[in-house]
Amino acid sequence: MTASQTPPSTDPTASVEAPADLQDERLIASQGLGGWAAATWDRIRSGDLGSLPVVIGLVIIWAVFYALNPAFISSRNLVNLTLQMVPIGVLAIGVVLVLLLGEIDLSIGSMSGLSGAVLAVLFVSHGVSAWLAVLAALATGAVAGLVYGLLFNRFGVPSFVITLAGLLILLGLQLRVLGTDGTVNIPFESSLVQFASQQFLPAWLAYLLAVAVPALYLLARVRTNQRRSAAGLSAPTFAAVAVRAVLLALGLALAVYVLGRDRGLSYMVLLFLVLVVVMDLVIRRTTWGRSVLAIGGNVEAARRAGINVKRVYLTVFTLCSTFAALGGILAASRLASANQSSGGADTNLNAIAAAVIGGTSLFGGRGSAYSALLGIFVIYSISNGLALLSVSADIRYVVTGAVLLLAVVVDSLSRRSRAAHGRA
Amino acid sequence: MTTTSPAPVLSMTGVSKRFGAVQALKDIEFHVSTGEVVALVGDNGAGKSTLVKAIAGVYTTDSGEVTFDGAPVTITSPSQAQSLGIATVFQDLALCDNLDVVGNLFLGNELKRSGALDEVTMEQESWRLLRELSAKIPSVRIPVASLSGGQRQTVAIARSLLGEPKVVMLDEPTAALGVAQTAEVLNLVERLRERGLGVILISHNMSDVMAVADRVSVMRLGRNNGDFRVADTNTNEIIAAITGATTNAVTARAARRTPHEEQS
Repeated sequence: MTASQTPPSTDPTASVEAPADLQDERLIASQGLGGWAAATWDRIRSGDLGSLPVVIGLVIIWAVFYALNPAFISSRNLVNLTLQMVPIGVLAIGVVLVLLLGEIDLSIGSMSGLSGAVLAVLFVSHGVSAWLAVLAALATGAVAGLVYGLLFNRFGVPSFVITLAGLLILLGLQLRVLGTDGTVNIPFESSLVQFASQQFLPAWLAYLLAVAVPALYLLARVRTNQRRSAAGLSAPTFAAVAVRAVLLALGLALAVYVLGRDRGLSYMVLLFLVLVVVMDLVIRRTTWGRSVLAIGGNVEAARRAGINVKRVYLTVFTLCSTFAALGGILAASRLASANQSSGGADTNLNAIAAAVIGGTSLFGGRGSAYSALLGIFVIYSISNGLALLSVSADIRYVVTGAVLLLAVVVDSLSRRSRAAHGRA
Repeated sequence: MTTTSPAPVLSMTGVSKRFGAVQALKDIEFHVSTGEVVALVGDNGAGKSTLVKAIAGVYTTDSGEVTFDGAPVTITSPSQAQSLGIATVFQDLALCDNLDVVGNLFLGNELKRSGALDEVTMEQESWRLLRELSAKIPSVRIPVASLSGGQRQTVAIARSLLGEPKVVMLDEPTAALGVAQTAEVLNLVERLRERGLGVILISHNMSDVMAVADRVSVMRLGRNNGDFRVADTNTNEIIAAITGATTNAVTARAARRTPHEEQS
C-alpha cells in the first residue's frame, strides 16, 4: 500500500506544508497513482460500485457473443449497434433525470411515439420544413412534461400514476395524429432520414475529436488543480491526471478506428454522446444539477435550504419528456416511418432498464448521465447479439429482463453495503 | 464568565399565541444578547417549540412585540427570519445524505464561477468555517451519511453560520449523541458565543444546560416560569421551576427579581 498518514499535528494552523483538506490525522491520505488505485479499490469494496458492474457485465456479454458468433464484433455490426441504440439512449437520458429525483416517467415510450407521429405528419402530409417539424415535435414533449410537472406540484399525485395516465393519453393522441392510415413514411432522401442513418463523420474529424476531447479534459483538470493548489487544497499529481487522459484518448481512438473500418461514427451517435456529456456536466457542475441531487437525497432538506423544489420538479419532468420527444424524432427518422406501434412494445421498459442497468439508483439521488450510455449499450448488445444468433424475441425478452433484474439486485446490495460502510 | 450585555439582540415582550382553544404562549418575555447562551427549558407541551417556531418565522404570533437589533420587527416567514439574521438548526438537521459536506454546507447558496459551481472556493470556505469551529471532520469530500451524529450536528450548525447570523437557535443539539460527541457540540456552542452570537439552546438535558448556558429561561404551560442565571442557581431550582414546584406567586417573583438586584 502506498497510503501514507500525514503526521498528527497539535495545531492545525501551524502545519503550513499540509493542504487544508489533508490535515486531519484520522484521514488516510493517498498520494499519486498508486494512492488513487488504492482509494478506488477501497471505494469499490465498500459498495460504491459506480459503473464497475456494468462495465464487467458488458465485457462478459461481448465475450459470450463473440464466442458464439465472431461477426458480433465486426465493424459493420458495431456501427449498426451504435445506430440502433441512439433513439432509446436519448430516452434513457431523460429517465436518468427523473430517477435522480426519485420519481419516474412511464410515458416516455408513448411520448416518443407521439413525437414521431407529429414529426412525420407535419413533415410529410403537411409539407412543413424539417426544422419546424422537429421543433413542433420537441414542443409537444415539452408541453406534456410541463403538464406532468404542474399536476405533480399542484396535487402531489405520485409521478407513477400521473405518467401511467399520460402513457394512455399520449398513445391515444398518437393514434389520432396518425389518422386512419396508421403509417406515415418519411421519404428516404429527406434530411431527417439522411441524418439518422446515412451521415457519418469523416475519419480525420473523428480522430481529431478522439484527441481533442481528452486534451480538453486534461486542460480542465490541470487548471482546476492549479486553483486547488493556490487555494491551499490537495491536488492530484499531473501524472495521475495525464494517465487518465491518455487512457481516454486511447479508448476513443480505438473506438474510432474500429468503427472507421466500416462506415464510421454517425452524426446521430455523436449527438447522443454530446447530450450525455452535456447532461453529465449540467448535473455535476451547475446549481440546478446540485438541486436535483439534493431533492433526490432529501426533499425536506432541499426545501429548507431554500431550493425552489417545485421549479426543479417542473423542469425535470419537462426535460424528460423533451428528451423522449427527441428520441421519438430520431427513431422515426432512422426507420423512415412513424406508425401506430412506434414507441410501443418494449421502448418504455428498455429506456428505464438502461438507466437502471447503467447504475442510476431507483431510490433517487445517485446516478449519472453516463448510465444512460452504458445501460443502453448493454441492452442493445444483448438484443443485437441475440438477433445475430437468430434467437427469437421470446428469448430476447427473457434475457433482457434477467439482466435488468440483476442490475436492480446489484443496486440494492450496493446500497446496503454503502450504508454499512458509511457511504450514502 | 460573561458579563451582562448592554442591549439584547433579540427581545420579545408579551408574546401570545393561540391554537384554537389552546393558549400555547401567554405573555412570554424572552431575550438574548450578543455573546450569550440562553437555554430554553421546560416540559413537553410547555411551549418551547412554539416559541422557537415563532422566532424562526414558522408561526406568526397573535400579539406581543419583537425587537431585533434595537428595531421593532414582525417575523412573518422563515426566509424573513433568516434574512434578519436568525438561523435555526432543527432537530432533524435536514442534511442530504447523498451529498458531501461541501454540498450540504452550501446547499441553496452555492458559489458560482462563470456559471458553474465553484467547488474549489466552496471547499476552501468549508475548511475555513470548520477550522474556526475547531470541528473534527476528517474530509469535506465524503458523503454526509458517513459522518457520526456529532459531526452531522457540526455540519448543520456550520451551515447555519454561512449566512452570518446574529442569533442561532439549536433545537436539542445533543439529543441522541454519545458522551464525547455531546462534549464536541457543547464546545461548538461555546465557540458560537465567542464569535459574539446570541445562542438559544433548547434542551432537556440539565447537565448540558448547566455546562454551557449563561442564563436559563424556564417555560411552563405556555408561560414564563423563571429566568435564572446559571452562576447563581442549581439544577434542583431549575427542575423545580420546570415541574411547577415553584409555581406560586412568591417564588416566581423572587426568581424573576434576582437578576435585577444583581445589576443594580
